[in-house]
Amino acid sequence: MVQNISSKKYLYSFIITVIIFGTAIYLSNYFGQKKLAEIRSIQDKIAIDILSSETQFSLLEDSLCKDVGVGSLSTELGNLENKLTYTENERGANDSEVQTLKRYYSLLEIKDYLLMNRISEKCKKTPLSIIYFYSTDDSCPDCQREGYVLTRLRETYPELRIYSFDYNLDVSAVKTLISIKKVKNQLPAIVIKDRAYYGFQSIEDLEKAIPELQILKAQTASSTTATSTKK
Amino acid sequence: MTSITDLITYIFLFASLNFEVFLLITYFENRLEIEKENAWVSLGVKKYPTVTIIVPCWNEEKTVSKTIHSLLSLDYPKNKLKIMIVNDGSTDNTWQNIQKFKNNPQVEMHSKENGGKHTALNFGLSRLKTDLVGCLDADSYVHKDALKNIVVYFQDKETMTVTPSVKLWKPKGPLQLLQKVEYSFGIFTRKMFHYMHAVYITPGPFSIFRREVFEKLGGYEHAHNTEDIEIALRMQKSGYKIAHAHNAMVYTVPPSTLPKLLKQRIRWSYGFIKNATDYKNMFFNRKYGNLGVFILPMAAISIISVLTIASISVFNLGHMFFNEYIRLQTVGLNLHWPFANFDWFYINTKLIAFVGIVTTIGTISMILISKRMSEGKWDVGMDLIYFLVLYMFIAPLWIGKAVFNALFLVKASWR
Repeated sequence: MVQNISSKKYLYSFIITVIIFGTAIYLSNYFGQKKLAEIRSIQDKIAIDILSSETQFSLLEDSLCKDVGVGSLSTELGNLENKLTYTENERGANDSEVQTLKRYYSLLEIKDYLLMNRISEKCKKTPLSIIYFYSTDDSCPDCQREGYVLTRLRETYPELRIYSFDYNLDVSAVKTLISIKKVKNQLPAIVIKDRAYYGFQSIEDLEKAIPELQILKAQTASSTTATSTKK
Repeated sequence: MTSITDLITYIFLFASLNFEVFLLITYFENRLEIEKENAWVSLGVKKYPTVTIIVPCWNEEKTVSKTIHSLLSLDYPKNKLKIMIVNDGSTDNTWQNIQKFKNNPQVEMHSKENGGKHTALNFGLSRLKTDLVGCLDADSYVHKDALKNIVVYFQDKETMTVTPSVKLWKPKGPLQLLQKVEYSFGIFTRKMFHYMHAVYITPGPFSIFRREVFEKLGGYEHAHNTEDIEIALRMQKSGYKIAHAHNAMVYTVPPSTLPKLLKQRIRWSYGFIKNATDYKNMFFNRKYGNLGVFILPMAAISIISVLTIASISVFNLGHMFFNEYIRLQTVGLNLHWPFANFDWFYINTKLIAFVGIVTTIGTISMILISKRMSEGKWDVGMDLIYFLVLYMFIAPLWIGKAVFNALFLVKASWR
């Protein structure tokens, strides 16, 4: 007995499934593009911030420090870094969009770093910065943990500027930075005040390497108490 | 690596979504048919056929009396219903416990040496005098209307077997509640298979057969301890029609602990795999209709896909927990309200998230339809939550073990 096979129903269910999948692919791409666009817009904002600070700086070459303080640096770097890392995890490190965004981000970081140094020099303040080199491949098992430490440090000390670079990123400016700072290919590597530290550094290690952080901590603590007393 | 696992996941998700869509189309096609059937069943039959219910029991002293009482309370003419208890060499008090029924004219009792469930059933079949025959495991109970509703379906001369809707007897606790959902889901899929002429299991408790099925096709076989799958496949192979009576309720006592549940399910899954292997020429064979070209292949694919998707999910979850552990170990706990810095950016918008949502919605709607079909109401309780959260982690355990047994145990026993 040959039974009835409802070919039409098979076709319909296949078409409906294809439509559902197609819609899902469309939505996923749509939101993926939205996210990339958001990253680009943050990058543009940072680029404008840097350009604006540089211009301000050039205009007021001889003016007082209070006009162009460290406070005029862009505050979006941390946000951008987080979103870029998330996107890299989601789309994969080899994604061409991710690669382009990372290159641009690295250049912005270097510009921000240079600007911060100039401002600090002019205002005779010690620049509070950490340069961090990592790698996304298996050669750096400690990079993940170091990333957690630096994220936490950034949350605790918003004034501390952390610049992270993929050691193997194909951007000549990053390569130049590596050679100027004489950073060896032993990752994770951290540069604080022109001194390189290799291997995993805990929060305590880093706080020791930058004694100014203690002062910052004390200030933050007292200002919070002050505000809370005001209330 | 990620892209390969993603691709495999998508292929399996596509297959299961396609299956869900197919079942839902079948449902909407036959929605009115179900209503009509309900009305038809409520009319009842003019002439009741004679029925024998075989109760094979092996060490069931605790439940056997209740099972027989439930059969005796069936709303069915007493002179048309025979209950045949076959004691399959019990070593406990089963035989003593059933002696109280010996003066009941409806009850017939036999005792034989232990030989397995299929031998007890065949023992009963060899003494058969009625038009219809069914079996009820000694750990199951019938609703009083079950038989009355089932015999209506035999008015169709082509129908050779009618399967009931199996539900759980007083489920409680997460483990039994999740099985409750699984069983009601089973009622839905079996009804859809009924419309596709593709029912491939005639569940042990209370599937009712015409006597000629066994006269023509022979008795039960050992069939890797799942004689209820084998007989159904044998019938399908011979082109016999199997119907499903969604409004005939049978209750079975669910396993109460995880090891017991696993043992039962490993037996089922193993039995399916082995019987499917024995009947492999039915696969992709147009001669067997929807069962051959779609339902059986899908059942086989679902075994592979459950295992693959579960391994990938467990691996991903493990990876996530490991990362969280490393983070905790490195920088300690940083308590902050997780939605304080809410940013839509961090919502997962990968393809898998969307497809996963659609598949889950499909599953939930089928469960709700099943509940409506079997209980006559839409009801959402903890059982659904247990099912959605736990089932995907428990089911792969027995499927995995069954596949392992099917692949390796036979070879091992040769040495």
